[in-house]
This record gives sequence, C-alpha cells and structure tokens, in this order.
Amino acid sequence: MARIGVFICHCGENIGRTVDCPAVSAAAVRMPGVVHSVDYKYMCSDPGQQMIKKAIVEMKLTGVVVAACSPRMHERTFRAAAAEAGLNPFLLEMANLREHCSWVHADKAAATQKAIDLVRVMVAKARRDRALRPIRVPVEPTALVVGGGIAGIQAALDIAAGGKKVVLVERGPSIGGHMARLSETFPTLDCSQCILTPRMVEAASHPNITLMTYSEVESVEGFVGNFTVTVRHKARYVDPAKCTGCGDCFNKCPLKNIPNEFDAGLGMRRAIYVPFPQAVPNKPVIDAAHCTMLQKGKCGLCAKICPRGAIDYKDQDSLVKVKVGAVVLATGFQLWDHAAYGEYGGGRLADVIDGFAFERLASASGPTGGLIKRPSDGKEPKTIVFLQCCGSRDDKAGKKYCSKICCMYTAKHAMLYRHKVHDGRAVVFYMDVRAAGKGYEEFVRRALSDDGAEYVRGRVSRITRKQDGTLVVRGADTLAGRPVTIEADLVVLADAVVPRPGSEKLAQIFGVGYDQDGFYSEAHPKLRPVETAAAGVFLAGACQAPKDIPESVAQASASAAKVLGLFANPELEREPIIARVNRATCAHCRACISACPYGAAKDFDVLDRAGKVLRTVVDVNEGLCQGCGTCAAVCRSHSVDLDGFTGEQIHAELNALL
Amino acid sequence: MKTLGYYPGCSLSGGGIELDLSVRAIAKVAGVELREIEDWNCCGASAAHSLDHSLAVALPFRVLALAESQGLSEVLAPCAACFSRLKGTQVRLTRSPELGQRMQELVERPYNGTVRILNINEFVASLLAEGLAGKFTRKLGLKVVAYYGCLLSRGEDIVTSDDAEDPQGMAAAIRVAGCEVLPWNSSNECCGGGFSMSKTGSVLDLSQAILDEARAVGADLVVTGCPMCHSNLDMRQLELLKRRRVPGALPILYLSELLGLAAGLEPGALGLGRHFIESRQLVRGGA
Repeated sequence: MARIGVFICHCGENIGRTVDCPAVSAAAVRMPGVVHSVDYKYMCSDPGQQMIKKAIVEMKLTGVVVAACSPRMHERTFRAAAAEAGLNPFLLEMANLREHCSWVHADKAAATQKAIDLVRVMVAKARRDRALRPIRVPVEPTALVVGGGIAGIQAALDIAAGGKKVVLVERGPSIGGHMARLSETFPTLDCSQCILTPRMVEAASHPNITLMTYSEVESVEGFVGNFTVTVRHKARYVDPAKCTGCGDCFNKCPLKNIPNEFDAGLGMRRAIYVPFPQAVPNKPVIDAAHCTMLQKGKCGLCAKICPRGAIDYKDQDSLVKVKVGAVVLATGFQLWDHAAYGEYGGGRLADVIDGFAFERLASASGPTGGLIKRPSDGKEPKTIVFLQCCGSRDDKAGKKYCSKICCMYTAKHAMLYRHKVHDGRAVVFYMDVRAAGKGYEEFVRRALSDDGAEYVRGRVSRITRKQDGTLVVRGADTLAGRPVTIEADLVVLADAVVPRPGSEKLAQIFGVGYDQDGFYSEAHPKLRPVETAAAGVFLAGACQAPKDIPESVAQASASAAKVLGLFANPELEREPIIARVNRATCAHCRACISACPYGAAKDFDVLDRAGKVLRTVVDVNEGLCQGCGTCAAVCRSHSVDLDGFTGEQIHAELNALL
Repeated sequence: MKTLGYYPGCSLSGGGIELDLSVRAIAKVAGVELREIEDWNCCGASAAHSLDHSLAVALPFRVLALAESQGLSEVLAPCAACFSRLKGTQVRLTRSPELGQRMQELVERPYNGTVRILNINEFVASLLAEGLAGKFTRKLGLKVVAYYGCLLSRGEDIVTSDDAEDPQGMAAAIRVAGCEVLPWNSSNECCGGGFSMSKTGSVLDLSQAILDEARAVGADLVVTGCPMCHSNLDMRQLELLKRRRVPGALPILYLSELLGLAAGLEPGALGLGRHFIESRQLVRGGA
C-alpha cells in the first residue's frame, strides 16, 4: 500500500503569492495514497529538507511528491535528501508549481486549482514509482578543449597541471586567438604578446597537452565521461614533422598581396604563410583558395625551395577520432560587421576601422611597426574619433546587449594614440562609460586627465568623407544639448562583440543551448556559470558572453576545476532513466534499433544452458542509453518501457487529470 | 495592360506639375494605365497632422477607402509627402484595428486595408520589371547624383523598399537610363522641407550644402523624386544664384523626367521647360 508524503513549497512569495499553498496541502492529503501533507516557506532550505527526511522516517513513506519549482532546479537536492533518509531517490517526484503555474498565472483561485491538479498528477505517478539503482560508467580522463585562444589555453594548462590529458583543438593555423593580436592590455598596459606567448609555448610543449591546430570538431558521439569526438584535420599542405619553420617558402611565395586576417586586413601575407611570426606551431600552411599551384597547377615554387621536402600539394583533410571524458568549449568571439550601418559608411570607408584594426596599427609587431598610420594613404592621423557602442545597445540594426569590453579598450586606444602622437586629438563618443572592474575606472580617468582624451557624451549620426579624404563626423553632444561636427583623419568603431561564425553548429553538435545572439547558455546564470545543459560540456571565455581577458581566464580555470572534479573518480554515476526491453514479448522487429539515436539498442541472443541460441531479441546498452524514449514510442508490441517514465505511469498521470 | 491607381494630390496639379506630366508619360511608354482615384481628397500634407491627429489619419483613410471601393489594389502616389501620409495611415491601421473602426465611422466608408501604396521609386522599379528599359532610345551619358531627402528614405515601416541610411532605390533606374550614379554623402540630407516659406534662410543654407556637394563630386544634375525637395533645390537655387552663393546653375530633374528623356520623349512634353533652373540643354537639341 502506497504511503505518499506531499510537501508544498511557497518559494518565498514566488508560489505563495498566486497559489494558496495551505489549500493545496489540504486537498493533497485527501488524494488516494497520500498519508501526509504539509506546506512550508522554503522547502529547499535546511529546515525544509529536514521536514521531508523526518516524515520519510516517522511516517514510513514509500514515496514523496515535492510541489515546488522546476525539477531542473532542485530535483537533485530533494532526491539527495530522500536518499539520506533511506528512501530510494527515484521514489521522489516534483510537481512544478512555480514555472508551470504561479509564474504564468495571475488568478489566485484558478492557479490554486491548477496546482492541486498538478499535485494529483504527480501523486498518481509517485504511487507507481519503482526503486532504481544508479548506473556506473567508467570515465575517460582526457579533456577536449575547443578553441586555442587565451580561454582555451588557460583551461588546457590548468587541466594538464592537474595531471590529466588534454586535446586542444584550434580552427586556425596557430593558437593564441585574439589576444595575440592586441597591442597592450587594459588596465595595466601590459604588452599582450609578452604575457601570452610564453603560455602558448607552454601549451605546445606540455607533455599532457596534444595540440591539434588547423582542425575542427566534426561530430560527437557518446555521453559524459565517454565522448568520441571526430576532429577534421584540415589539409595544411606542409608536413609539420619535416618542416623546421625556416621561412624560405613564405619569403619566396610570389603571391604577396593577400590581406592578412590576423592584421585585420591591414597587412599582407603570402599564399603559404604563418599568421604571425610568434605563431605556435611556427609551421606554415598553404591557403588553398589563393595558391596558384592548388588552383591551377602552376608555380610549385615553395616545394622547389623547401630544403626538407615538407611541401605536399596532395595533402588532404583527415578525420581523427579522440576519446575524451569532458569538453571545454572556448570558441571565443569576433567583432560585428559595421557594414550594416549605412550612416557610418556601410563598411566602404577605408579610414573607418574597427578596434582590432587599431590594435594592429598600435602593435609593435603590426603592419606599420607600431606607427599609427591611416589605411587609405598611410598618413599619420592628427584627429581620431572613437565611437563606442557601435552595434551594441541597438536592437534595431545591431545587438541589444552591452559588449562590455569596449569602454575599456576605447580608453586604452585613446591613451595609446596620445602616447604615440603627442599633438594628436583623441575624441571619444560614448553613451555611458561602464568601467566596473578592478582598476578600470581609474584607467578611464587616466585617459581623460593624464592623456587628454576628449569624451563627448552622445551618438554619432553620420560619418561622411570629403573629397580631400577628411572624414566628417556629425553627432550630438547630449550633455551640452547641441549638435557637434568634428573633422577627423581616422574613425575607430568599437563594434559589438558577437560569437564566432559556426558557433551555433558547434553548439548543436555538443547539445549545448545558445541564446538568440548565438552565445552559449550556461546551466544556471548564477550558480552554474561554467556548466551547460549537456553533462560534461563546460564553457570558457567569450563564447558564453562578451568578456575581457581576466574574466575569460577566470572562467577557463573554473571550467578546468570542473573537469578535474569530474575526472577525480574513475567511475561516474548517472541517472538510471533508461529504456528496458521485455524479452518475453520482444518480437525482434528491430524498429527500435533503427530509431535509437545513440546506438544503444542492440541485438541480443537468448541462450539456453548449453549455450545454444534460443531466440534473438533486443537489449539496451545502459551506458549508451540517454533515456529519450524513442524506442518505447516506436515499439509495436509495447515491449520497451522507460524506467522512471513507464507507460503505466504516463497513463496514470493523464487519468488523474481527466 | 497593367492598371495602377493614381493619386496625384495637390502638388502634381500645382508646383509639381512636371512630376505629373513625366510620370504619366513614362507609364504610357511602359504600357501601364494610370487610373486616377475618383473623388480623391487632400492627403493632409504637413498641415493636418500638426493640427489634429484624427484628421491626419481620416483624410488618407478616405482616399484609401475610395481606391479600394473602386477596385484599385495598387495605388501610386508620386508625391513623396502624399506617399508618406497614405502609407503611414496604412501602417497605423495595421497596428490598431480599433483606429480603423473609428475612422470608418468618421468618414462613413469601409476600408479593409487591401490597397498597396507605391512611391515613385517603387513605381519606377515596377516599370523596369515590365520592360521599360527596352524602350529607351536616347543615350544620355550624364553624371547624376541621386537625392532622396527624408520622405523617400525614412520611416522604417513606410519606406520598406530602401535603406534609410544608405538609400539606393533610384540607382538602378538611373544606370539603366545610361547615366552614371556618382557616390556622394548628401543623398538623404535634409533640404529644409516644409520650411521653405517660414524659414527661408535655413532652407537656403541646407539646399546650398546639397548643391555644393553635388557640384564638388562632378554631377551634371541632381535627380530627385520629391516635389518639396525639387522646389527647395530648384526654385530656391535662383535666390542662391542671385546672392552669388553658388557658382552656377545645376539642373534638378525628377527621376521620371530623366527616364522620359531616356525614352526619347521631348523635354517640353515632360515639363522640363517649367523648371526655374534651365535643364533642357542636358539633351542634345533640347534647349
């Protein structure tokens, strides 16, 4: 005979405001099988959990229904409490009175009635719950880190320092990411290269880290602790084992005028190239789209020159499978394309550049050797206008959100420019200056007071180019309440931070959620900021939201800690919500085998004592099954059932509603 | 033969009569019939909406209701201001069904919102789609700047066919007419609009800036679609010339006039002789 206890939570006022919890409790105690019912302000708090534990013991409960928030929020909490009191945790169910009821309704009487219905449904289910035992699966103690920017490098180094193996996959020919492109970093004006490149070398030489550059994740199979990831090694056309990085090939390649992506198109590279001299690995790749040998079969100069015979024009993409137990996504960001702003020249004005282009101009290793020269004619600009919030905080043509890093790097740009061009004028248009970080406000103040940056509060309505090449910037000074026009030689737009192209596809491959802007979703915005909805997949850096370097590094170390925590045990417990086949009734039609998306349903021979095959049925691999229930739905003889969500339970839930 | 509803408004029988002449002329060349809405009334122009919000919607509402009852599914409003009023009313009606109910009671006519309203640029694009370019006979070879002003570029729900910050709606037609479209910065700058009478000084300043840039980039003429812009750039240019604020006369043509010239029509028949700034010399033997 079932003895169910019902525990109704007010969730502070979240539920209590719209649902009459004592009335729900009074109704629940009259439901069949319920022997105990109580309501409380915060059921998830310690006294709340104690109430549940005490009732389980004292009332000899055989099942529990907690009517509170979403099971995604606290099912784990309450099941742990039940287990502590000696009840199998899978005999505890949650009725969602918050997300499914109080938050979406206003009428208290109707909401209370609905809450009673929801409780009745879960009581009907709980009466049919069966005790389940967790499944234990082995963990592959190797981590995959996707993205070789500072976040990915940091995560890889921390995991490697913890003694676990790491595979670091990077799409480009070199690791280093955007940080390698920066001149100096706020708020200390550290040289970006000087603090980054030693980390790049460390990552490449660490015995626990396998570097896979010029590679992309193709597909993923498996589950937490046991992923099999297929990585596409893109054809480099240069054998890294033979290449010594001498540079003869890219010094002689006749194609000299390919805009270098690393220099934001301001510098040029060859068809065979390393993106920058400090690249790791310092081995070139051939850009197949431009190489005349690969396109037309003519040239072949680099192969003739190479003293080691490392050039291979017949190189092809190859697929490599790696087995990993956890994944860190650190795919980073890029800048929004301001071509969408017709009023700022629609991307056609050469002297209207983005923040990365300015970083390259200011960088000692950049195309101008650190001299500020404008792209159109190479002249040193005497007036630069910096525009913050270009594409950010604009839900019409751009993005709704604040890109967070632009206030700081714009102040840095103004500062660097004034350090290099003493008679130059740096004008910054801003909406607000958001400098919330350690030493950040002081840094912006320094740009204003010590380095003479002129800050104008207001938006720029239009940038036009005069016949002589001067840019005319027209905007509003909203503090003075008047329009302003400034003639400038160069305009730097602080374009919005957006995710990398292809990040949505990668999220789908890993089963990670993303928001409407394409940023990856964390499991909980406050309490689980590095986990995702996909178990064993963690986030680091700007792929989750706009972030500066210290924040990216902090999150990378946090995700490394999560990975090391996961790897601390050789085995992993997972929820036993899996499909089960009734071998007596299975007709072996194999419909479930073709329907299973995880390859968990397999043929199974039923043997007699002599080892002779009596008949063949289907069996489910406990490690692979994800409990999606597709097999149960396609089974014609109702021979497949899902533990925790049996057909009988679902029907009982529906009946309770009717 | 394709039939379009036609809403001339006040301007096309007054100051903007050349627009009326040239629009009708190129429609004829393209084989499109323009059927004037019977019993049309004023769109409210810039006056109604500064006096009374109901009146500002009721006037265009009546025009649209008439068009619908006369079986016109598409209506051309060549005047940019008329277009803006008609289309703006249409947009307001889709946002608020309650407003439609109120207007219906006010003008005592039903309107179901079925009329599609075209501005001159959209009309020209549709003529090109009908094969107008095949009927062009005259090589123009002129350097043109396209001037849109505000009413043919702005209002994100109203001018849905173009980009407010970088309008391009006339460029294709001008190129098809055998002219070069010069890049410039003033294509959607303000000409001074309706302040021609009340703040003539400001209008002179604004129009001069536009004319100065057109000349600086080497344009032979300015092409526009709006009668208000035309009068500010054409009529007020006389004043600028008199005060020696501009070095010489720069012809201002309607887009429909330019296309009429390309189609081989006589400048006089298109209304070129009615401009304040002489423009007939743009075609050989025209002046």
